[in-house]
Amino acid sequence: MTPSLQRVWGLVYRHLALYRRSPPRLIELMYWPILQMIVWGFMTAYLAGLQNNVASAAAGVLLGGVLLWEAALRSQMGFSISFLEEIWSRNLGHIFVSPLRPGELVAGLMVMSVLRTVVGVVPAILLAWLLYAFNVFDMGPAMVFFFAALILMGWAVALGCTSLILRYGAGAESLAWSVLFGIAPFAAVFYPVSVLPGWLQPVALALPAAHVFEGMRAALMEGRVAWGHLAAAYALNAAWIAAMGWLFMRQFQSARVRGALLNIGE
Amino acid sequence: MQEAGQKTGVLANCLLRTTHGREPRANNETLSPARILSQPRQRHGGDVACARPHMPQVTQALIVENLVKSYAPDRPKAVDGLNFTMARGATIGLLGGNGAGKTTTIAMLLGLLVPTSGRITALGHDMATDRFAALARMNFSSPYISLPHRISVRENLTVYGHLYNVAGLKRRIAQLAEELQLTDFLDRPAGELSAGQKTRVALAKALINTPELLLLDEPTASLDPDTGDWVRSSIERYREATGCAILLASHNMAEVERLCGHVLMLKRGQVVDEGSPGELIARFGRDDLEQVFLDIARGTRAEATP
Repeated sequence: MTPSLQRVWGLVYRHLALYRRSPPRLIELMYWPILQMIVWGFMTAYLAGLQNNVASAAAGVLLGGVLLWEAALRSQMGFSISFLEEIWSRNLGHIFVSPLRPGELVAGLMVMSVLRTVVGVVPAILLAWLLYAFNVFDMGPAMVFFFAALILMGWAVALGCTSLILRYGAGAESLAWSVLFGIAPFAAVFYPVSVLPGWLQPVALALPAAHVFEGMRAALMEGRVAWGHLAAAYALNAAWIAAMGWLFMRQFQSARVRGALLNIGE
Repeated sequence: MQEAGQKTGVLANCLLRTTHGREPRANNETLSPARILSQPRQRHGGDVACARPHMPQVTQALIVENLVKSYAPDRPKAVDGLNFTMARGATIGLLGGNGAGKTTTIAMLLGLLVPTSGRITALGHDMATDRFAALARMNFSSPYISLPHRISVRENLTVYGHLYNVAGLKRRIAQLAEELQLTDFLDRPAGELSAGQKTRVALAKALINTPELLLLDEPTASLDPDTGDWVRSSIERYREATGCAILLASHNMAEVERLCGHVLMLKRGQVVDEGSPGELIARFGRDDLEQVFLDIARGTRAEATP
């Protein structure tokens, strides 16, 4: 293991040890995705007349939207809350005076984000299949790319969130829970981008999620892979992660100048 | 943040040298408990050869030049032109009242805070451009910065062992557990420990990478006299065994007298006096360092005429 990987592993190990000792935290990871999936599952069953055995693509679109959106949500929260855990435990002072580089800190938080997303979303996927006979894998292998694109978008949003926490302190921590809900209306999770007013459509199309969900609808309703949307999602993710990564580094450096790292948990 | 005020005009340029040094070890080499306890201090007259591969071979653990920190243009400087040099194996006390600039100085030495101007060279590494190389060879302990309290002592030490790239980590943790008497509670959550136990764990974390430069911020604050004495003895043993340079910020003057060969008295971000504890006590015509501290803090002092 290279020294850099060892340091990243040290950070990941710290969070894994925390979850190992705290079953409620582990359960909480699964709780909301499962709850969301159950509520939307019954709703789509009702709306699509599934109880009368009427097959409906709309049901799949809604449930697929819920499950995929949970991937973005859990990814963003997994990153941001893992960072907040360091603030809450007043551990940042030790971390920032260790040889752990900021990039390695980000890498460790990304690993935790993926682990939290997998633990949170996989049970919901399994229950969707058991309860509503909705198999997210029916979308084909492209589904893996959709999930990955949303996880990447979660990282970009989380980097922005963490930057604001570095700038404004723990007072900005509520963003870790709320910010992605504010983006949801423009992300075209449950409806196509064309439903939005014309002036709002460019805003939506600047979000990787809008392309992912357009691609999901194409896969579920037309049985095709929308490669254009998939490529756009990844290109936008690259741009957003670069921009938010730059912002994070700027805010980290600014916090070092202002002395904010000394009392960020205050 | 630190309060600062008018300049006192007393200079702070000091050159601290000790007559002993250390034979530095390879980065990941660890000491056996017996060696930690018994290894005699090695004297090299300051001419220390460095055995760590690819590491700068320096005799000074720390060089601080014209260090200034200003948080805002309309506020007094928290640190105002600090200069000092610290040889390997030296122990320096950083004293001053609340707002004197101790915390700000330590934060800059650790790279947690960027100086407004000035330069810090730690173990031969410029902290402005190469701080991670220095941080790998340094460590820090403060009762005011916690370790994660929901995970066990062993897990905490494992985390920091990885962050500091310690090889043979399990062995190192076992050594520290034995040396600092952590064995009985090694698998208990850190948050369930008593203040004394937490301090010993914090010290173990600070020694996990066998640092060559150790910064201690009030290492015995809120400890009972017996535990405080035990912690001081552990610090002394580590210094004797390794020749580690130690910068100690403390409000416990007896502790400073016992541990430090040299003291920097800070006031409003500047060094207003310095010397060995004995020199300061004699110069001020006082009985102990606490009285000297009060004289300086209250501005009531008049140095005794030699």
